[in-house]
Amino acid sequence: MKFKRVSGWLIIFSLFVLFAPSPVYPITVSKEEILPNGLKVLVIEDHKAPIATFQIWYRVGSRNDPKGKTGISHLLEHMMFKGTEKIGPKQFSRIIQRNGGIDNAYTTKDYTMYFETLSSDRINLAIELEADRMKNLLLRKDDSLYERSVVMEERRMRYEDDPQRSLYEEVVATAFKVHPYHNPVIGWMSDLGSIQQEDLLLHYSRYYAPENAVVVIAGDVNPEEILQKIKEEFGSIKKTAKRPVFSSKEPVQRGQKRVYLKKEAKLPYILIAYHVPSFPDKDSAALDVLSYILSGKSGRLYKNLVRTKEIALNAFASYSGFYIDPYLFFLGGTVRPGRKAEDLERAFYEEIKRIQETPPTEREIQKAKNQVEASFIMEQDSIYNQAELIGMFEMLGDWRLIDKYLKMIREVRPEDVQRVARKYFTEDNRTVGILIPEKRGVEK
Amino acid sequence: MKRIKLLILLSLLFISTPLYAIDAKREVLPNGLVLLHSEKHNLPIVKVTLLIKASPFNEPPEKAGLANLVASLLTEGTKNRTSEQISEEIEFLGAHLGAATDRDYTLLKLSILKKDLEKGFSIFSDILLNPVFPPEEIKRKIDLIKGGLRQAEEEPGFLASREFRRTLYGKHHPYGRLVEGTLESLDNINREDIVGFYKTYYRPNNAIVAIVGDITHEEAINLLKRFLSSWEKGNIPETPEYHIPKIEDVKLITIDRELTQANIILGHHGVKRSNPDYYAISVMNYIFGGGGFASRLMMRIRDDMGLAYDVHSFFSSDKDTGVFEVGVQTKNESARTVIDVILKEMRRVRSEHVSDRELNDAKSYLTGSFPRRIDTMGKIADFLVLTEFYNLGIDYDKKYPQLINSVTKDDILRVAKKYLHPDRYILVVVGDIEKTGISGSTF
Repeated sequence: MKFKRVSGWLIIFSLFVLFAPSPVYPITVSKEEILPNGLKVLVIEDHKAPIATFQIWYRVGSRNDPKGKTGISHLLEHMMFKGTEKIGPKQFSRIIQRNGGIDNAYTTKDYTMYFETLSSDRINLAIELEADRMKNLLLRKDDSLYERSVVMEERRMRYEDDPQRSLYEEVVATAFKVHPYHNPVIGWMSDLGSIQQEDLLLHYSRYYAPENAVVVIAGDVNPEEILQKIKEEFGSIKKTAKRPVFSSKEPVQRGQKRVYLKKEAKLPYILIAYHVPSFPDKDSAALDVLSYILSGKSGRLYKNLVRTKEIALNAFASYSGFYIDPYLFFLGGTVRPGRKAEDLERAFYEEIKRIQETPPTEREIQKAKNQVEASFIMEQDSIYNQAELIGMFEMLGDWRLIDKYLKMIREVRPEDVQRVARKYFTEDNRTVGILIPEKRGVEK
Repeated sequence: MKRIKLLILLSLLFISTPLYAIDAKREVLPNGLVLLHSEKHNLPIVKVTLLIKASPFNEPPEKAGLANLVASLLTEGTKNRTSEQISEEIEFLGAHLGAATDRDYTLLKLSILKKDLEKGFSIFSDILLNPVFPPEEIKRKIDLIKGGLRQAEEEPGFLASREFRRTLYGKHHPYGRLVEGTLESLDNINREDIVGFYKTYYRPNNAIVAIVGDITHEEAINLLKRFLSSWEKGNIPETPEYHIPKIEDVKLITIDRELTQANIILGHHGVKRSNPDYYAISVMNYIFGGGGFASRLMMRIRDDMGLAYDVHSFFSSDKDTGVFEVGVQTKNESARTVIDVILKEMRRVRSEHVSDRELNDAKSYLTGSFPRRIDTMGKIADFLVLTEFYNLGIDYDKKYPQLINSVTKDDILRVAKKYLHPDRYILVVVGDIEKTGISGSTF
């Protein structure tokens, strides 16, 4: 069983491969409506199995965490399971589970998503519970303190005791000095310790409001009936006061940044990050295709760095254009026993140089496009994935951007990939992180 | 919120949930291959899962990792294609092809668009029937597996699990070691071992295949005829039985690492998948520690005490006697408290009946969540080969609710007493041992 309240920035890191539409099998939103209180509702009908998924997306993520209170959006996500006047503190998930369903939630840098998947005859339960906690969350003081320590344990587990993940945190924090993408979604340890009940109440009242949320339902449902039910449950929730205006912008990086992390680990590891634009910037599709050309077993990194040169144990390229603001293109890998981190770093730059000097082949471009297209169709086998795709594009502005994304991918030519490699993969624009393994002094 | 109450009530009354019918057809082909087929036309994709009854049970302990090595080399070169050609052709189609060995079996999987099925299946059959195991690829693969083993030592959870299994099963039983083998055992494997293993076990009468998706029964049969008709039966040696050492008291294993959290595994032997008590155990374990946020362990340790992000328990479902395991991570200083709570809850579920509410909740979840276990074509394909492998019957999806719903409170108490042992278990702690205050004399 997968545990809930996982934090989505981990998932997002690898999600980019899933997202791409096809003309043959588009996801059809059969119902779209904005309620008078601003709540947007999207319904996707799919009757292949008698199940349905309900997702509610709030436009709040770690980008909205106030200074000194990093991690508050994620902590609030945990608190959303702590009960209302009608639903007791440990009841939310129990109610869903005893109805055969699962529920979960995650927070990213840009948004927070909650979902329930149930047999379709029980999906109204999710609507009732989500409407209830959008307006009636209790946020008791004791619960807040307990949950804070749960999140601290989560932080220890995910970051402090995982050397490669720790390096990721270091590199991102180094690459961004102004924009709140600098902060990890889970928050810094001392900030977590300082978050109080009042902070949570304020954050909740600002961001958990119908006009700041989108509901996506997918599965074996009747769109008219489900919309009616949503109106009944969410319709009376009022719009909220104004939210702080977000205006942060990361200035252009003018010079390489390097960061070293010494930690108990077995093998050196390297992570290189370049500032790049996000979708729908015109360069994002070419960056996406470039990440495909580098990835996979037939991709350049595995073939050259792992297989031929035998410098890396594993090597990856990772780019997701699906951030609200410009984010990072990552290259990374674990150094093979007996080799040096500098060898691997140099080998990454050689791969970049090759693309900058010679455009990729037509076949490489076509392969990337085929992969995007096939995975888009395959992902639709899951109603959860269908809803997640629609919701995520909605967070970027409009679910219809899916079509634009596909069109952009199809138009990428070899010269585009070469051009973006030249434009962004420069020494001045990169942040390099190196994990230096340390042995513990005394083995007991 | 009245409606919520109503729904809760309804769920208590009508526990059984309408099932998503797989409607699989089963057929044994002339060469002994068992075919399971399920037609689903909602998307133009086809999923193939092929199970080979080859696992660490079939390898000598000093050559641990052999079964896995054979599987992982299938995609590294055939009579018709080099390793690079295989990955290039598959990835160009946007398809996925892979093979991996688990504790009880080896699975080969293909995921492909319908329009590319012929091409994709021809590569699938090529890696299955014609692997050549080139010496340089063997060396390369062993190097990568060794590197992966070294890297895995960075993960506290990996260290804890490896020690737990090693102590529980000893050196000889395959469940006591990693499927990947060890740095030493991998060096004992030569090309003859690999070719011999492949020739012996990769036989149609030792395999099960599930084909699911946008493909009719006739098309599926024709596909197998065209690509797998040259696959010949073989004599499969009997799988040896391995002794399982008994755990008579409490064994504590500590591994000192510079970590902020203690990674803890507490557990002992479990049951075989074929044990008739399996279903009562499933319900009992859901209540005890398997039910996520509805479980007693999670409610006590996370919700009441805020001591962990995750705590869970499970009984593995394996061909031979599996494990019962509680896993948790907590800051070093809380380790002892958390272990005490786990043992206390183990004793409680053995000494008193669970409540009606807990029993009903567990049953509703287990039966009601069943359709989600088979809600994609890939999940159906895996489900079909595994139900066949574990002899659960082709109508297992239809029988399952009854198996769960017939469990009583007495059954739960009985299986808790029989299969949970709070006085003889293995406890592994990976963390900053001094800070945990745990030492040999404390447990």
